[in-house]
Order: sequence, then C-alpha cells, then structure tokens
Amino acid sequence: MGYYSSYYSYGLPTFLIIVIALYLLFTGSGEAFNVGRFLEETSPYAWAGTGIGLCIGLSVLGAGWGIMVTGSSILGGGVRAPRITTKNLISIIFCEVVAIYGVIIGIVYSAKIQPVPEHLLYTPQNYFTGFALFWGGLTVGLCNLLCGVAVGITGSTAALADAADPNLFVKILVVEVFGSIMGLFGLIVGLLMVSAADDFSAGLGVAKAVASPYVL
Amino acid sequence: MEALFFNANTGFLEGIVRGYKAGILTQSQYANLAQCETLEDFRTQLSATDYGNFLANEPLPISTSTIADKATEILVEQFKYLRTNAVEPLRKFLDYITYGYMIDNVVLLITGTLHERDTHELVKRCHPLGVFDSMPVLCVATNVEELFQSVLIETPIAPYFRECLTASDLDDLNIEIIRNTLYKAYFEDFYEFASSLGSPTSDVMHRILAFEADRRTINITINSFGTELSKDQRAKLFPTIGRLFPEGNNQLAKADDIDQVRQICENVSEYRSFFSDAPSGSGSGSNGDDFNAIAEQLEDRFFSTEVHLNKQAFLQQFQYGVFYSYMKLKEQEIRNLTWIAECIAQDAKDRIQDFIPIF
Repeated sequence: MGYYSSYYSYGLPTFLIIVIALYLLFTGSGEAFNVGRFLEETSPYAWAGTGIGLCIGLSVLGAGWGIMVTGSSILGGGVRAPRITTKNLISIIFCEVVAIYGVIIGIVYSAKIQPVPEHLLYTPQNYFTGFALFWGGLTVGLCNLLCGVAVGITGSTAALADAADPNLFVKILVVEVFGSIMGLFGLIVGLLMVSAADDFSAGLGVAKAVASPYVL
Repeated sequence: MEALFFNANTGFLEGIVRGYKAGILTQSQYANLAQCETLEDFRTQLSATDYGNFLANEPLPISTSTIADKATEILVEQFKYLRTNAVEPLRKFLDYITYGYMIDNVVLLITGTLHERDTHELVKRCHPLGVFDSMPVLCVATNVEELFQSVLIETPIAPYFRECLTASDLDDLNIEIIRNTLYKAYFEDFYEFASSLGSPTSDVMHRILAFEADRRTINITINSFGTELSKDQRAKLFPTIGRLFPEGNNQLAKADDIDQVRQICENVSEYRSFFSDAPSGSGSGSNGDDFNAIAEQLEDRFFSTEVHLNKQAFLQQFQYGVFYSYMKLKEQEIRNLTWIAECIAQDAKDRIQDFIPIF
C-alpha cells in the first residue's frame, strides 16, 4: 500500500467527482451545478465568518509551528550552552508577532459584521463585503502561516549557531527579521482589501437572494 | 521539507549533540596537551577542557589505557543519553551505529576463545556500546553454525551471518573473512536504511558510508597481497556501496601490487591524493620499506578524510548524520589523546604531533 497510497488519495476523489458530474449530466439535471446561483444565494455572513476563522486559525497555526521548531532547538542547545536561552527568546517573539497580526485583522474584520434581517441582506455592497472579508482573511492567514514557519526554521538555526559561536547570532537574526516582514505584508494587504468594504447594512428596498434571470 | 517536521521529535537531541560537538578538543587545546611533561600534567590540562575531572579518582601513576577507557566511558554515557531520549526512526539509526561495535565484539570473543583466553577477561575488553545479553555464551562455541544457532540468532546482527555459514572451522584467516563479511553486510544494510530515511540524512550518510566502504575495499586488497586469500574470496568481501563499485571493485579483485591499486584509485578524483607524494628521498629502500611507508601514509590519509567528511556532516541541519559523525569524531579524539599520552609516557616527543586534529 505504500507505493500506491498516492493513487488512492488522488484517484478516489477525482473518480467520485467525475461520476457525480456525469450522473448530473446524463440525467438532465446538469444545470443543478450552478456556480452563479451558488455565489448569489450564499449568505455574505458565511463568507465573512469563514474568512475571519481562516485568518486567525492559519495565523495561530503558523505561529505555533514556528515556536515548536525554534523552541526545541533552543532547549537542546541550551543544555550545553545556557547563555543562549535568554537571547534566543527573540525568535519566539517574532513567531508570536505573527499570531498577533492575525488577531488584529480578526478584530478589524469582525467590526464589519452587523446584524441585518434576511430579506434586506442581499445588496451589492453586502455581497462585496462578504467576499472581501473571506479573501482578505484567507490572504492574511496564509501569509502568516508561511511567515511563522519561515521564522521558526531560521530561529532554530540561529539558536544552534549561537550555541556554537556567539558572533553568528546577530547575523542570522537579520535573516529572521526579513522573514517576519512577510507577515507584515500580509497584514497591510489584508487591510487594503477591506478598506473599500462597508459594514453589513440593510438594503433600502427588499433585497432577497434571487438568482439573476440569466441564470436558471 | 524536512525542516517542518524534524524538530518535533529530534530537535532537542540535535541541540544536545551539537553541544557535545562544541566540546571536542581544538588545535590550541591539543597544543597545550602536547606540551605536558608527565601524565599528571596531562590530567590537569584535560580538566580544563570539556572532559573535566574524569580522571580525578584514579590512583597515581595513571596509565594510558585508563585514560582511553575513561574517555570511552564518557562517550558511552553520552550515547546512552541520546539513545534513551530518542524515538523512531532515530532510535533505529542509533542502533545501527552500535551494530559496528557488536561485530567487533563478536569477532574479539571468537578470536579470544580460539587462543584460549579467559572468558571474563574477554568480556571486559569488549566495547560497551556493542554488548548484547548472550555474550559470554559465545565463548563456548567451537564452530560458526553452533555459534549462530545458539547465540547470534537473537542479536540484531543475525541477518549479517547468513553469508558466513560456509566457514566451517575457525582459524585466523577465516576469522578475518568472517569479520569482513559481517562488515560488508552491515554497511549495505545501513546504506539501505539511510536511503529509506530520505534526504538530507541519506545524502550525508551515503557520502560517509561510501567512503568507509571504499576504505575497507582498499585495505582488504592491500592486506591480502602475499596471503593465501584467493582472488574470488577477496572479491566477495568488497562492499557494493562505494564509489569504486562496480568497476573499481572488479579491478581491485584482480590487482597484484600496490601500483595497480594506485592506478585503479585514480579513477575516483577524491581518492587520487591517497597515493600521491610517495616517499622519494630514500629510494634505496627495499620494496618492503616503500610498501610499509605507503601503507602507513594511506592509513593517515584515510583517517583525515574520515574526519573531514564527518565534520562536513555538521554543516547541515535537520538530519541524523550529525549523530553518527559525532561518534566517529569523538572516537578519533580518544585515539588522539591516547597517542599523545603514549608519547608523553614513553618520552617520544618527536612524534607527538602525528595525531589528526579535528577542529
């Protein structure tokens, strides 16, 4: 099963999708697969909530992963060279900062979520806000995940290099700083993406989730 | 990709082993040690290094074998610490490191029994990292089959004995053949295991193990000149994982003197320097002298290449090669200390610089 496990993991979902698609096609309900209708009928709250959840979830995953990688190396190196333990906490702090970025964005985004009754919800502005919060949250989350992992791996190398030769620490720290800037980029872009999005607000007339007439 | 998951299980131990490596003696410390007049001075100088007061409780006069034994004890303690804290697959990797010592112990016990030495003395002289439970029982066996069925089948090195069962009676030549056959099987097994661990462990270990295999091949060839070992038998002892496999191995199996060995090794660029700079001054020496000088130089060159490769293993993070390399470097250091101590004890200061410095 070792060599063939990738066949199962890639092949089975693909096969199922093809079977379901062909079934819909051949039984005349091919138009049940309707992307436009999906986008127009999904509640903007769903998009917004998922975005914020991914934002904070992926940021914390990145921060935690980085701290795991760095922390174990600091512990190991600190047994024979105890002087490194205090200085190398800065790597842990850089990883932690990534989680803080996620929290900031989470707070900023959740301020835009206001209660609106169902029949007044589906205005163009609200659609835009929902989508912006989803993709903004995903952007920030992924940026922070990768940034946290990068800072963690570099921090681990910095700790071991510091244990071997104290002059190396500051030099490797520069690499870490550049790594942590990526999280900041994610934060900036995430803020830019929702700068044009208003809070969820009630529509003036009735605004229900109606698929447009071009889409059956 | 290995950096993402390696530290979860092995980050702490990697930090520890790199800390141990930082305690390996440097050139300046060797210089201090080489200037000692007596072994008591030597002990005092050593207490200022990472070794600390490991000889503090020894009664005077200290002997060089005590120094070597105590230093080995420290290495064994460090290895046991690493092994008890390791999980799979590092635990299996560390076990593979001990199999080499087990093979040496088994051969030592068989040889000792052949020459009718006392079993307790033999067991004491075994390397502590290669002990397994049924060791004293080895001493009562008389042929390999009995040995295998009663004792060796429970040890982890049992699969390596499959090739040896043809040696029906034990005598000195056959013992060496057994030892080399075991080592061949061990290296090939270790190589395969390292491959299964994936990059970068496999990259580092392949390099080191290929060199070790080639070193054995060259040594077997040179040592078999003038003995009754047939060329077929010689060819069967060569490991198949080195750079000299397969053409170099085939040619070395047919070689008859050291010049042919030199020519064969020229094919591998890293090994060209092993045979160069042959002593040209004393051209009047007989072939035997030249041969011995070349052989001695070769041994030194092998050791320095080994040290070089093992040092390089520390340049990569997130791989298991550092554990293997640390053991080998520490052993080289113990050999160096023993050499220096012997030179001091025998008052032969002119050869005291003939050790191989590590850092």
